[in-house]
Parts: sequence; C-alpha cells; structure tokens
Amino acid sequence: MTPAVTWATALRVLTQLRRDPRTIALILFVPTLLVVILRYVFDGRPETFDRVGGPMLGLFPFVSMFVVTSVTMLRERVTGTLERLMTTPLGKLDLLVGYALAFALLAAVQASVVSGVAILALGLDLAGSAGTVIGLAIANALLGMSLGLFASAFARTEFQAVQFLPALVLPQLLLCGLFVPREQMVGWLEAISAAMPLTYSYDALARATDGAPLTGRFATDVAVTVGVTLLALALGAATLRRRTP
Amino acid sequence: MPDAAAISVRDLRVRRGGQIVLPGIDLDVVPGLVTGLLGPSGSGKTTLMRSIVGVQVVEGGDVRVLGDAAGSPGLRRRVGYVTQAPSVYADLSVAENLRYFARVLGADGGAVADAIVAVDLSAQATQVVHTTSGGQRARVSLAAALVGRPELLVLDEPTVGLDPVLRRDLWDLFHRLAAGGATLLVSSHVMDEADRCDELILLREGRVLATGTPAAIRERTGAERLEDAFLRLIEAAG
Repeated sequence: MTPAVTWATALRVLTQLRRDPRTIALILFVPTLLVVILRYVFDGRPETFDRVGGPMLGLFPFVSMFVVTSVTMLRERVTGTLERLMTTPLGKLDLLVGYALAFALLAAVQASVVSGVAILALGLDLAGSAGTVIGLAIANALLGMSLGLFASAFARTEFQAVQFLPALVLPQLLLCGLFVPREQMVGWLEAISAAMPLTYSYDALARATDGAPLTGRFATDVAVTVGVTLLALALGAATLRRRTP
Repeated sequence: MPDAAAISVRDLRVRRGGQIVLPGIDLDVVPGLVTGLLGPSGSGKTTLMRSIVGVQVVEGGDVRVLGDAAGSPGLRRRVGYVTQAPSVYADLSVAENLRYFARVLGADGGAVADAIVAVDLSAQATQVVHTTSGGQRARVSLAAALVGRPELLVLDEPTVGLDPVLRRDLWDLFHRLAAGGATLLVSSHVMDEADRCDELILLREGRVLATGTPAAIRERTGAERLEDAFLRLIEAAG
C-alpha cells in the first residue's frame, strides 16, 4: 500500500462524485425527506420520533453507501478500469482504502446534514451527543461500503447489484431491533438477528441516542461493527483478482 | 536469443470458458521494435496479450517479459497495457484521468502533459471523457498507459475504427516510442496495418502461422500483398 496512491484514489472518487451532483443531491436530500416524513408520521408522539429517528440518522449512511459502492465497484469491473489498475503498481488496499476515505467523508456530510435538519428544524431530542451519532454514522457508512464492495463481486449487471439492497440490507433493517425490540421476536428470528452486523450497529446507535451511559455493551457493539467492516473488506479484497479467467 | 527478447513465450496454454484458446504457443518479441500481432477476430490475440501483461489465468507454459515472469510485481511499472475497449473513467476529464493514472504509476506531472500532446488531445484536455468521440476516448486510454513511460507497451487493436489520418499519426507515434527505446506489441485484425510494423506475428486459431518482417513474409510466400501472403500461409498449413 502506498499512501500517495491511496490518497490519489480517494481524490479520484471524490472528483467522480462531484461530477454527479444528482447522486450527491439524492444522498443528502432523500434521507432528509425521510426524516421529515418520520417526524409527521409520529406527529404528537415526539418520544417515538426520538426513539426511532435518532438511530435512523446513523442507519441512512449504511444504506446509501452500500448501493453507491456496489454500483461503483461493478462499474470499475465492467468498464475495464479495474483490470487496468490491476496491471499497475496500485495495491488492492490502495483502492479499497481510497474508496473508504472518500465515502467516509460523504457519510460525514450526509449524517451532519440529516442530523442538523432533524435536531434544529424537526425538534428531534437527542439525549446523547450528536458527535457520537455522527461518528457511528461514519462507521455504519464504512460497514455498508465494505458489504457493498463484497456483494458487487457477485453481480454481473448494475440491475443485480441494486437488487442486493433488498436481499442483504432490508432483512437486517427489519431484524436489527428498530421496528420491534429483538427480545420480542420469535426465537429463531432473534437468533438470526444476533448474527447480523446491523443489529450491533443499531444497538450502538440506540444507546448513543437515548443518553444512557456508554457501557461495555456499547464497546462490544462498536467492536463488532468495525470487525465485520474489516472482515468484509478483506473478503472484498480477495474478490479483486489480478488474474482473471 | 531468448534472453535478449523483450517477450518470450514458451508452450503457453490457455483455456477460456471451457474452450482451448491457446493450445501451446511459442514466440519471441524483439526489443526496441514495433511488432504487429495480426490475426482474425477469435484467433487468440487478446488472450495472448492478457497472458503477457499477467492478467490472464493460464493453464501452463512460461511467459517471460523484460526478463521477469509475466505479471510479477516489478513489471507493473515497466509494462503498459491498453485494452481494446477504452478503459478510462468516463465521468472524469481527459486530464483528470491521466493525472490519476500518472499518480498510480508514480509518474511526474510532466508525463501527463507529454502524453496529452503525444495523442493530440490538447484541445480536449479539460473535456469530460463521456462527451468525447469514440476515437478520442481510445486515445485517452492509450495516453493513460503512456504516462507511465513504459518499457513495453501492449496495445490491443488501438487503431480500430479511427480515421486514416489519425491512424497514420498513431503509427508514427508508435515508431517514435520504439525509436526512444520502447518495445511495442500492437494487435490488429486489419492486414493493411501489417506493413506499418517492423516485425509481424501472424496468429490463427491460437497458433503462430508465421513470424518475420513484412518483407521476409512476402518473400517466403511470393505474394505481393500481405493479405495474400496470409492466405497462402493458411493454405500451406492445411
């Protein structure tokens, strides 16, 4: 890995994003709109909005970055730029970390904008610190990125890549505890949810937003989130082959 | 003289999608010249080139490039590869693409300016690639390899679909690069490009039909046109 090449890759990805203002607008505007909807869905029940809305701030980047990464990486494969890069001194980690840096920045902007609107305009009452929530949002963005990267290796077309969202992301959202507390689920679903990374990152977010002291369970949640991110990145790196059939 | 060869291929066997593409071929590429890899579509040119730059999974045989095993890390800075389909970022400008590949290849900023001039894209430098013509895009892809100032350039059908003036200019560029000490392996399925090469490798159905200078191949076959020479070689091979 060469820091100059990693950094060049991050800048290249950011320049590509800048050339695509519609995607940036969608990444920033859609979650903001969803939070507005959520606010009025729970109109008159501010405590429910606080309970659901707080963690949602950190979950949006997970979903956005999963889609953006799986499509972008698929595009690198399909257009031949990945094959070209694999003939150069660029290391696989240069590419992956370059992407991670660019998307982490985008996630930080997204989480800041959405949190700002939710707290300042919609009256979301965040009992915990906003900084912790944004930090967790970045961690979730990187989790989404690494899973999207791994998933893209199994997609032949952009259509397939997008279908991985309902296949891999929605079940995690349903089971993470946001909609129904996990201990109220039937046993087998609770067991499945314990094996899903988003369960832990949701738990960390829920703890960070309700203002409870951040205990050992919070540390475990963060460790699982970071650990799964690194594992998925390693698996993703293994799918980047210099030689192909 | 296999040691002196820029590329030396021995008994290379490649299977793609269950089909044997290269059944075991041998060839040498002379350094400092423009060698044309000529053959019809499906003759194995791209597979051979992919094996030489080390991105092809091969079944067996030995491919040595500039003295090292093909695909070894030390070669990644010394070998430039341009695929048939332009492989650059369509949403970046010409200069942004080249600056990125220059940094990946560890080249200096001057290399970008030189490459833009070499492929005659100065007027399009700030243009986003997806707004350029197909021919311009092919030249951006070529320039992205030139920025690394490689010792060996492997170009897969770089002139296909280009207008005659541009084609002539590109062949002039290839010879200038060779005069500067680089080795070029250029594939084409158009026989009228064969005369622009110093050396030829004629490939058909994964086998080397003939090698040599255009003049030597003419003399051997007694054909005036290289197209006819190719036909006679095919007939002679049965």
